[in-house]
Amino acid sequence: MMAPSAIARKARKEADGNATAWLLAPGVLWTVFFCLLPLSVIFLVSCATRGTYGGIVWDFSLDNYRDLLHALYGRIFGQSLLLASLTTIICLAMGFPLAYYIARLSPRRQAVWLVLVMVPFWTNFLVRTYAWIFILRTEGLMNTVLLKLGLISAPIEILYSNTAVVLGLVYGYLPFMILPLYAAIERVDRSLIEAAWDLYADRWSVFRRVLVPLTKPGIVAGCVLVFIPSLGAFITPDLLGGARSMMVGNLIQHEYLIARDWPLGSALSMVLMALVMGAMIWYFRAQSAADGKRRAS
Amino acid sequence: MMKVQIVLLSVFSFIALAACDRAPDAGTQAQGASAHTLHYLTWSDYVSPELIREFERAHGAKVIVDTFGSNEELLAKLQGGGSGYDVTVPSDFMVSIMAAQGLLAELDAAAVPNLASLEAQLQHLAFDPSHRYSVPYLWGTVGIGYDSDVVTSPPDSWAVLWDDRYRGRISMLNDQREVFGAVLRLMGQSMNTTDPLVIEAAKQKLIAQKPLVKTYASDNYAQLLASGDVVLAQGWGGPVARAMADRPSIRYVVPKEGGTIWADCLVVLRSSTRKALAMTFVNYLIDARVAAATSERLLFAVSNREARAFVKQDVLENSAIYPPVELIPRLEWMTDVGKAMRLYDRAWTELKMQ
Repeated sequence: MMAPSAIARKARKEADGNATAWLLAPGVLWTVFFCLLPLSVIFLVSCATRGTYGGIVWDFSLDNYRDLLHALYGRIFGQSLLLASLTTIICLAMGFPLAYYIARLSPRRQAVWLVLVMVPFWTNFLVRTYAWIFILRTEGLMNTVLLKLGLISAPIEILYSNTAVVLGLVYGYLPFMILPLYAAIERVDRSLIEAAWDLYADRWSVFRRVLVPLTKPGIVAGCVLVFIPSLGAFITPDLLGGARSMMVGNLIQHEYLIARDWPLGSALSMVLMALVMGAMIWYFRAQSAADGKRRAS
Repeated sequence: MMKVQIVLLSVFSFIALAACDRAPDAGTQAQGASAHTLHYLTWSDYVSPELIREFERAHGAKVIVDTFGSNEELLAKLQGGGSGYDVTVPSDFMVSIMAAQGLLAELDAAAVPNLASLEAQLQHLAFDPSHRYSVPYLWGTVGIGYDSDVVTSPPDSWAVLWDDRYRGRISMLNDQREVFGAVLRLMGQSMNTTDPLVIEAAKQKLIAQKPLVKTYASDNYAQLLASGDVVLAQGWGGPVARAMADRPSIRYVVPKEGGTIWADCLVVLRSSTRKALAMTFVNYLIDARVAAATSERLLFAVSNREARAFVKQDVLENSAIYPPVELIPRLEWMTDVGKAMRLYDRAWTELKMQ
């Protein structure tokens, strides 16, 4: 026999359990139906074969993955990683000072600046990328102005190069860097920075030993938000890069939409996802190991 | 725990039911709205709204126009089945693919009397020899658009795209089959070759050309020509003809080695629930007077030979729009290369990564 209070406690626990299940259900179902299930389908397709007319033939093999071992694909992944890393570094270098500046303004002004950061999102990304074509092209805005001012004697040929691709990516994803950085910097207790000054830290030490560690979650979030979409970008390399080279996003788009080779496209997608996932896991492992060491010492 | 399972189960079955329901639902919904609603899936900027309105008035019907960007996208949209579309416009090679997949309805010749006035070169083509499923609609060639102010000696060969004098002022289509097609014709080969050695040799030629190429563009080469950013552009005739309006020094040529001839063809989908109306619509679009108006508006050639009587002279005489008769024997239709597609694919990717 249980005491009445124990029964009540048990009942409440059960009710809590039910509530938890109910509250979790939408998220779990979402993940299962819109993430795990499609992902499994992509994996299955990646092990199938392209039909004569571009359909999917279900004879299973790992041939698609074997095909990807070709050095050519390694170069595409390498180039994409390089361009995405470059984009992330430039965004971080540009975004941090700006985010810091905004975070130190009065709340009213902060709101104005944040809206200005987000204004570009009100226009479609494709349209904005086209606008860059008009700015960068040989007889475009940039060259016309620079020539008129006498700063250059011949037009700069920047459009249709990897430089233009990185420029477009930085332009497109900079807000994704600024916003999490702003959120992190805004939360930093100013007295900690003042304390650092009081302890005779120079500017660089304040930045490196106080500001960076305190805003690390924001830095990581910003880098992830910029790096991952940059890695899979395909509109920017097509339009600003003039389709003269390929990023892995272009290759996947090509396999799905032009070559009608869904199995190979799926295999490419799986490898890309595995790479990103691997990098993230490696990062967080290294991170928690470093944290553990710091705590231990 | 039981409850969670029940919830999961019921949600799952709900979603499953909804999924099963979707296809027929789309059909009944369209039917419910009006027995005379036609869904026309076509290329972007490929219809003349006034002509659509005229059809609607004449037949008490409503035509809903949706667009697609490439043949592959079209195929993907339709392969799911139950798309709710009635009429669409695949290109030549895609007609055979769609027919082989059982997506197309057989045309009722009696409902499409305008079939009788097709241009000679558009009759009985390999992808649908007896016009069982398709009627050619708009057609044309792939050639070179060039600025005659800069390229002063009129080019007559694809080789001009390898001329170092125009380094950095050349654009090629961002389309592997067309780009390989051009170089294969230059080499005296068929653009539908499946010979790995020939494809490899073609790739080497394209790699040699790449430093001269400013961009591989399929959408905006006409703008690039009109703005002077490029002076030689591989492209479809229609857009080059439009660029001529902005820069009168632009000319168009199909090289002597020959080039692609293409035709976008009207088809009725097998899943259509309004096939009779759909065929009336197909017949309307290729009617001589309607087709002529379409031709003038879109600057593409139309398939009805009687339409020529209604088309303005300057459109008719523009070789970018209406290929001259003597050119026809030098043109080649592009066909599906089946398994060799991977060879082209690999070669194309290698070209891009140079």
